[in-house]
Amino acid sequence: MAFFFQELVNGLTTGALYALVALGFSMVYGVLKLLNFAHGDLYMVGAFIGYFVIQWFGGPKGLTIPVPLLLLTMFVLAAVLVGGLGVAIERFAYRPLRNAPRIAPLITAIGISFFLENAALLLFGAQYRVYNTPDFISASSGITIGSVTIDSLQITVLVLGIALMLGLRQLVSRTKLGRQMRAVAADREAAEMLGINVNLTIALTFFIGSALAGVAGVMAGLLFNQVSNTIGFTAGLKAFTAAVVGGIGSLPGAVLGGLLIGLAESFIIGYVSSLYANLLVFGLLIAVMLVRPSGLLGQAQLQKV
Amino acid sequence: MSLDAQPPAGPAEAGPAEAGTAAAAGPQVGADEWVARQAGRREYLPSWLGEAQRGAERIGWWPRLAVAGLAGALLPLVGLGGFQLQVGIDALVIALLAVGLNIVVGWAGLLDLGYVAFFGFGAYGFALLSSNQIGPNGIHLPAYASVPAVMVGAAVFGLLVGLPSRRLIGDYLAIVTLFLGEAFVEFTNNVDPKTFGGPNGIVGIDAIRGFGHQLSTNTGYYYLLVIVLVATMAVLRLLETSRTGRAWRAVREDPLAAAAMTIPVNRVKLMAFAFGAMVAALAGTIFAAQQISVFPTDFDTPILILVYAGLILGGAGSIAGAATGALVVMVIYDGLLRSPADSGILFYGLIVLTLLVKLRPWRRLAGVVAATVALGFAAHAVVKAISASAVAGGPGSTGWIGSALRDWVIVPANPTVPGNWGFVLLICLLIALVQVQGRWRTILLVPVIYLASFVWETRLVTQPAITRQLMIGAILIVMMNSRPQGLLGTRRVETPT
Amino acid sequence: MSHGGAGERARADGAGADLGGGGAGDREGAAVLDLDRLSLSFGGLRALSELDLQVRDEEIVSLIGPNGAGKTTVFNVITGVYRPSSGGIRFAGHEIVGQPPHRVARLGIARTFQTLRLFLNMSVIENVMAATYGRTRAMPWESVLRLPRARREERESRELAADVLSFFGQRLAGYRWEQPAYSLSYANRRRLEIARALATRPRLLLLDEPAAGMNPTETHEITELISRLPGERGVSVLVIEHDMHVVSGCSDRVVALDHGVKIAEGGFDEVAGHPAVVEAYMGRDPEALADAE
Repeated sequence: MAFFFQELVNGLTTGALYALVALGFSMVYGVLKLLNFAHGDLYMVGAFIGYFVIQWFGGPKGLTIPVPLLLLTMFVLAAVLVGGLGVAIERFAYRPLRNAPRIAPLITAIGISFFLENAALLLFGAQYRVYNTPDFISASSGITIGSVTIDSLQITVLVLGIALMLGLRQLVSRTKLGRQMRAVAADREAAEMLGINVNLTIALTFFIGSALAGVAGVMAGLLFNQVSNTIGFTAGLKAFTAAVVGGIGSLPGAVLGGLLIGLAESFIIGYVSSLYANLLVFGLLIAVMLVRPSGLLGQAQLQKV
Repeated sequence: MSLDAQPPAGPAEAGPAEAGTAAAAGPQVGADEWVARQAGRREYLPSWLGEAQRGAERIGWWPRLAVAGLAGALLPLVGLGGFQLQVGIDALVIALLAVGLNIVVGWAGLLDLGYVAFFGFGAYGFALLSSNQIGPNGIHLPAYASVPAVMVGAAVFGLLVGLPSRRLIGDYLAIVTLFLGEAFVEFTNNVDPKTFGGPNGIVGIDAIRGFGHQLSTNTGYYYLLVIVLVATMAVLRLLETSRTGRAWRAVREDPLAAAAMTIPVNRVKLMAFAFGAMVAALAGTIFAAQQISVFPTDFDTPILILVYAGLILGGAGSIAGAATGALVVMVIYDGLLRSPADSGILFYGLIVLTLLVKLRPWRRLAGVVAATVALGFAAHAVVKAISASAVAGGPGSTGWIGSALRDWVIVPANPTVPGNWGFVLLICLLIALVQVQGRWRTILLVPVIYLASFVWETRLVTQPAITRQLMIGAILIVMMNSRPQGLLGTRRVETPT
Repeated sequence: MSHGGAGERARADGAGADLGGGGAGDREGAAVLDLDRLSLSFGGLRALSELDLQVRDEEIVSLIGPNGAGKTTVFNVITGVYRPSSGGIRFAGHEIVGQPPHRVARLGIARTFQTLRLFLNMSVIENVMAATYGRTRAMPWESVLRLPRARREERESRELAADVLSFFGQRLAGYRWEQPAYSLSYANRRRLEIARALATRPRLLLLDEPAAGMNPTETHEITELISRLPGERGVSVLVIEHDMHVVSGCSDRVVALDHGVKIAEGGFDEVAGHPAVVEAYMGRDPEALADAE
């Protein structure tokens, strides 16, 4: 039973991570109706940024600044830089294709994803970079309930993840920017005619979505330890699954999807075998797609005839 | 409600009617605006490439196929051998895949990102039926039995994969098929290693064999592929101009209208999947036989992207475009893997070609070239004066290019880190280059070319495997932004939704 | 209006019951299309409410009403794009509710679209030939091997396309056939869409605002064209139109719709002057309202 709860905690933690990536992905889809295949690679860039921050401040064993400050720097820097990268990609690769047929930005996104992965390979090499988190965050510190341990890293991830999700929810439902984002997502032309600066809104949406992916990348480095240029691809796939299962364009759906995928993965690895984890997650996607094509919380697309 | 008393006095029929009767002699400029507009719509390639294209078009589709096939068949006789033959074989396989993908993406408009799984199905299917993998002595069917069997199996597989397409629109289909593609790799990697070989794949596959003969040389496989590619293109051309081809294209244009015009949209989509799968499987069987072994990694995403790059470059929707684009991509892709001297020729050659085609008039081209050369020598001399180690490294390119560039391009003793920074700067400058116009663009071109050479000599040429992947990604991005219809395709008009 | 409805419907049902068996005499006044208390709701919105509508053989019926009245919705329900909430649709005696669009098309109902839905990147002749899919049977391999049936069907399709395009005289004449559809002028595109629909050899043609955006000359031409359809092509026509020139120029009967409800039916003058119809289009006269107070 304890095993179950332990897997539950693990699942929720990775689920929070996937939820953050899925959120960014869903946000971008909402405003642009574009599946940004490069989104997972933004996550990968964030993970690398976190790694280099650690190295900059002395490496995992010889940190020159206190750990909380280190974490703060990592998260903020990843958020800002990856957010900026996302904005640049939107500005130069997707914006010219705003009115092109749907296939054009999709293929471009695939191209960007491929390019980013290989650029990272060129710049950083094929070797895994390791965070070596246990060197600076003690694995033994944390909360223990019964025989279930939630270590401080997992607490950090969960707390930060939930904070970001709540913050995003506030942003979308209460602020002016949030309203503008929703307006652009509903009908871009109408929003423009109402005086909303569509380009700026889309750029900001990309910034926030990419920043979330960047933060998730740092979390991934901390949790999973290994960072390389290929982690973006698998994470991207899982994020797509999460966003689509939850209902693409729906933010609560993305969170729900992310948690589901994280839990499913955790339990499958724990109870069945890690070999089949990916396959079964994909199976879950296919099943949901066939039964409810618009996802669990999504809305069916209406077509005007 | 009141009406006008009379309809307007008779329609002015003079113009169109005259054009109609004169039309027996063909459309005329001035009398028919379509002619004047058509040339612009067609968007031929710039400058002399366009001339070649127009000339080729006058010849007709079938003669062009015959000429291309003949040229392909003659290449080995003219001296293609060894490594180059393998490049040719790889290129033909990818071309076959691109032509098959064209059915699904170009004609039916279904974004299938798992297409490579059909390729793998064909390869693994053939492998299982032509090796010692299954049973005590294995199954060793002759090719005329195994290949059709595998193709039929692939068609069924294609139908299964296509089933979700009934309920999924565009983007969703892309994701689902992407997953199915990944699932195939995971499956062959992890499931039942006894039967499917696991990560070590299946080895010891028979050659293509039948009626007492056997293909055992690369030359033989090359010719087989040329014949198969030409035959497939011919079959697809016949399909393109038939009711099935029209139905596919109608479904891509507007599924709703197509259904209203008696076309069973779902069934037509399934047919597209099935045909695409069959072509991919055919390619897979020949691939497996020629390689003698198959591994899960042979059918992963990089191959898919390669096929897509070929299709997009050549022009989705056009059979010739798919094949040509794939061949061009593969020649560059494999070409970059050669010795640093040869890949340098490719790199600098491409730059020169682009300049020749894009930079008009001649004076501007000459100016840019002169300025770049001057900048290089000047910069090199200045940096050398400051720090000897900054130019101590030699250019990555060998051969005559390397010697020519020795005093022109700056290559530090430890080129990796500066090269990396140069790479990032180059990307930024290229983006800037696209944004500016006119005179500034021409001026900016000079340092960009120099920087590109710098990055090439310090990093890219020493990492050919990565460079060629970067190039593939760049092809997709650039094509979609500048010429989405590809080199040989026609620009499409989209139905407003 | 429904005063003649019951009697007419009884006769229509009786004649329609034996499908295909009736000779020319039976077809007189037979209902090709019979909408029976058709209703459709989108959630809380009642798009169609108990609609009764018939189109008789070789008849031209116009469907008029202000925007949002539900006219295109009627077309969508008939052609199977939407499934009605209740009510029946009988076409040539058969109930067709629940049939998918391509099946409905094959049964003999063809349509054009309000917003023009051509296959823009295909040529004029290809657009029309694509519509013959339902009438041909050749399998892909037959097409590839150019077997006799495939060759014959291809030839027949082309002849049918030529025939249908010739209906428009010089407008869509021979030299236009290879042009991509997007290069045609607006009026020609509308004509092409009608030609494409005719290529399905329909018994009932649904035209959705065929004269939209046309100048008076073109409007007159299209009105005349529609009038010729029953006689020359043997089709019945149901036309949605806003332009009253067209409606008065070619209709045998006019049906007026508002908010999904039939508010008038009869000859053009009868319907045009009907108070409910006037009110639907023009609103209620404020003076009359004040007087009524």
